[in-house]
Amino acid sequence: MLSKLWNTLNTLSAKKPLKYTLYLSAIIIFFAIILIPPIIGILIKAGSLQAVFGQPELMNAALGAISNSFIIGLVVAALDLIAGLPLAWIISRGKSRWLSVLDTFADIPFVVPTAALGYSLLLFWSSSGGLSDLFGSTLVSPGWLLVMLLHFTFSYPVVVRVIVGAMLDYKMEYERASRTLGAPPLTAARTVTFPIIKPSLIAAFSLAFARSLSETGATFIVAGAFQNGPVFLQNLSNAFKNGSLTQAQYEGATVFASLILIVVSLTIFAIIRVLGQRIKLPFGHGLPIFEKKLSYAKAAWSRNSITLFVFLVIVLIPSLFVALPAFQAVATGTTFVEAFTGSGIWASYWQSLLLSYGLAAIVTVLGIILGIPIAILIARKTFGKLPSAIIDTLINVPIIVPSIALGLSLRFFWQGIPGIPDFALLVFAHLAITYPYFVRSMSAAMERINIDMEEAAKTLGAKPFTLFRTIVLPLTKYSILSGAIIVFTRSVSETGATLAVTSTLQTAPVLVVNWVNSLRGISPIAGVNALTVGLACGLLILFSFIILLVLRLLTRKGKV
Amino acid sequence: MPEVRIVNVTKKYGNLYALDNVSLTIQDQEYFSLLGPSGCGKTTLLRLIAGLIEPTSGEIYIGDRRVDKVPPEDRDIGFVFQTFALFPHMTAWSNVLYGPKVKNYDAKQSETIGHEVLELVKLNERLNAYPSELSGGMMQRIAVARALAAGAKTLLLDEPLGQLDAKVRNEIRYEIRRMAKDLKLTAIHVTHDQAEAMSISDRIAVMKKGKVVQIGTPQELYMHPNSLFVAHFIGESNFLEGYITEVNDAYSEIELRQGLRIKALNPRDIKKEERVVLAIRPETCEMKRGHIKAENALFGQVDKTTFEGTIVRYEIRLDNGDRFVINRPSLTEQWINVGDEVTITYPLDKAHLFPYPEAGLTEEISV
Ligand SMILES: Nc1ncnc2c1ncn2[C@@H]1O[C@H](COP(=O)(O)OP(=O)(O)O)[C@@H](O)[C@H]1O
Ligand SMILES: [Mg+2]
Repeated sequence: MLSKLWNTLNTLSAKKPLKYTLYLSAIIIFFAIILIPPIIGILIKAGSLQAVFGQPELMNAALGAISNSFIIGLVVAALDLIAGLPLAWIISRGKSRWLSVLDTFADIPFVVPTAALGYSLLLFWSSSGGLSDLFGSTLVSPGWLLVMLLHFTFSYPVVVRVIVGAMLDYKMEYERASRTLGAPPLTAARTVTFPIIKPSLIAAFSLAFARSLSETGATFIVAGAFQNGPVFLQNLSNAFKNGSLTQAQYEGATVFASLILIVVSLTIFAIIRVLGQRIKLPFGHGLPIFEKKLSYAKAAWSRNSITLFVFLVIVLIPSLFVALPAFQAVATGTTFVEAFTGSGIWASYWQSLLLSYGLAAIVTVLGIILGIPIAILIARKTFGKLPSAIIDTLINVPIIVPSIALGLSLRFFWQGIPGIPDFALLVFAHLAITYPYFVRSMSAAMERINIDMEEAAKTLGAKPFTLFRTIVLPLTKYSILSGAIIVFTRSVSETGATLAVTSTLQTAPVLVVNWVNSLRGISPIAGVNALTVGLACGLLILFSFIILLVLRLLTRKGKV
Repeated sequence: MPEVRIVNVTKKYGNLYALDNVSLTIQDQEYFSLLGPSGCGKTTLLRLIAGLIEPTSGEIYIGDRRVDKVPPEDRDIGFVFQTFALFPHMTAWSNVLYGPKVKNYDAKQSETIGHEVLELVKLNERLNAYPSELSGGMMQRIAVARALAAGAKTLLLDEPLGQLDAKVRNEIRYEIRRMAKDLKLTAIHVTHDQAEAMSISDRIAVMKKGKVVQIGTPQELYMHPNSLFVAHFIGESNFLEGYITEVNDAYSEIELRQGLRIKALNPRDIKKEERVVLAIRPETCEMKRGHIKAENALFGQVDKTTFEGTIVRYEIRLDNGDRFVINRPSLTEQWINVGDEVTITYPLDKAHLFPYPEAGLTEEISV
């Protein structure tokens, strides 16, 4: 039965027209669903800009919020690199068996939905009962500093992960050579290792920057009166809902802010892409003497301690701090029982979890199906070098566009076509945001496959489909898996685009944002208190953690 | 220029002894090779000397200085890696200047050094090319030049010719030796190729499974192997198993399979009735067609001949069933045909007698 299917697929795959139809449809879907709507939607609405031009305060507020976004994004991405390099170094170079534990912990803020993370940070840094208790006053009140801390916390793991990956691929021989030529460890790292892994450093910086620009839900929780781009857009939407803005003002300001966000992001990324290749640090005459002093014994020890301290106190403990009220809720019993019987507001909690995980599963499957042909196109240059390079560049656009702007644009685009359910919009939005991650990881994996191997299979008589099934798939299956993990976790975490495309469907992180708002007195919900929110976040983190462990176990097997 | 001294050095990876209590001294300005099959610990020893890894126990001296705790950048060594490890983000020229720059020489001084070493390795073209654009031979020269420019006094070479094709390899190996000698460096050269080690080394340490088996000049190792392993690994040997039946002042008599008796010198004083292995090199024997009555002769029949250019290799089945190989010059002698009966004789002092190894012959000579 199965072999019959393989045979049919094989015959089909060997037919050129059919093969090209397949690739072409993948490209068309990519443009029609993933690339175009998130950008064109805003342009369709460009007419509404009229409404803001007469409103200098609104425009200034928008511009101020947007510049906050970029400043925070760049600063956070830079801090991430500075703090992430030493930790990545410890993880990839250290010999202690504790490292794999550290390695797993470093992933936690990555899989925890950012909304839960935001609440956790809020508790840790600025509520009574958190760290602030020790100091007798609010240590970090909601505002720009807390936003920076938050963004640092959730983007740090991404940066560490990317750099660790690069360091594991890196040939240690280069660094050893540098040492034997007279360079102390720090000089060797600065003049040899970092320049060689520079593409990954740039990628890490860009990812952190993009994540910071996009994050909406958690930022909203910790921002207080401070506004960055996404918070500004969300505030607009709230103001429109409670009637303090007219439809025209709302749409005008929204289009204005989104458009600038999109254009400036794309410009900055283009600059990073072009300049990143060119930047070369000077050799630094005289620096090696200084670096030698910092390379050994005490200096190295304090460097490692500071790194671990930063990781623990700024990243890990604040991320997990919400466990405290969660345990309280478990201890008091009633909240716990309510939660698990799904009574009262908990019914909506479980529904939102179901929606989030269901949505993430659908998006993951679609992402894999639609992503593999595009990944092959990029890696194998099926249509030639230029088209593959163009697609390779365009694929990044949905990551670069701040997700709330992407969501808004998507909604404006599909609004014109009646009868599209909110759920479909949700799928499209999440697909657009997560798709690039999958294609990236898949095409990179395919580029690592030695082309000889595929050619050997061809000379042995393998048809294209057999080739894919017996060579490409087994060799890339762990990249497919890890790509799928990213897609899944990003989808579960996503708030900005979700809030933008639907006001009826409530995913888990959106529910967390709403509950926290209720706590803070913004649109209160009956039955929501510190214990319920704590437990809700705690459970969300626990589930994410379980998923992380299972996936780690799955991927680990592949490394043997 | 210094002497390098390894004292009781052990390196363990988990339970594996990569080096097991190794001691050796490499003299000042000596061209020394570490020779042994893959996995025997050569690279490990070289890296220990360079300071790229630390010994589990033991001491390492370079010159008068104990260096176990000295980081690699302070050991005045140059290391040429098997894969060359040229920095891919720098041009050939920048690679060469890396050492002087790191050591804080000013630009002019660095360039002078750069030109000097490039002169030495006879390379002055394509200096602005990146490593990926260079041929293997060029990369090799740049790698050596880079190590020399950094002011190396001890040159450590890890299979420096392994990546090159045969012809380039043969040219470059003498050049490296010449440079080391001209600059009065101490050079330690790792290789698994015994012909390479024999042709360029002052002395060689033969290694096996983390241990040094024998140290000596190429001639010593060839003429007087101290073990079956060395007899097998350096050059080639025929191994005949048997028992000692008689020991006297001049020679000992050995009984091979099926009662065949032959003689050999017995410098190790192996006792009567002990089990032994006799090692005879294929190129030391005389071979004549037909059964000829002679002292100390082996009889057999040619099974196979292989023409290998300068020599012809004969594989012979001895009358007692043992197998035997003989190499003869191909141009100066009449060839003998497959199926021919032959008589083999050998000079007594060219046959080496060893006690039968406890672990068995195959195990002893396995690499
Ligand atoms: N970093 C390491 N970890 C574990 N085992 C190693 C490591 N490096 C070398 N070994 C082992 O030590 C032994 C000697 O290795 P090496 O010195 O590289 O051999 P050679 O250079 O003679 O081929 C081998 O069995 C090798 O597998
Ligand atoms: Mg080796």
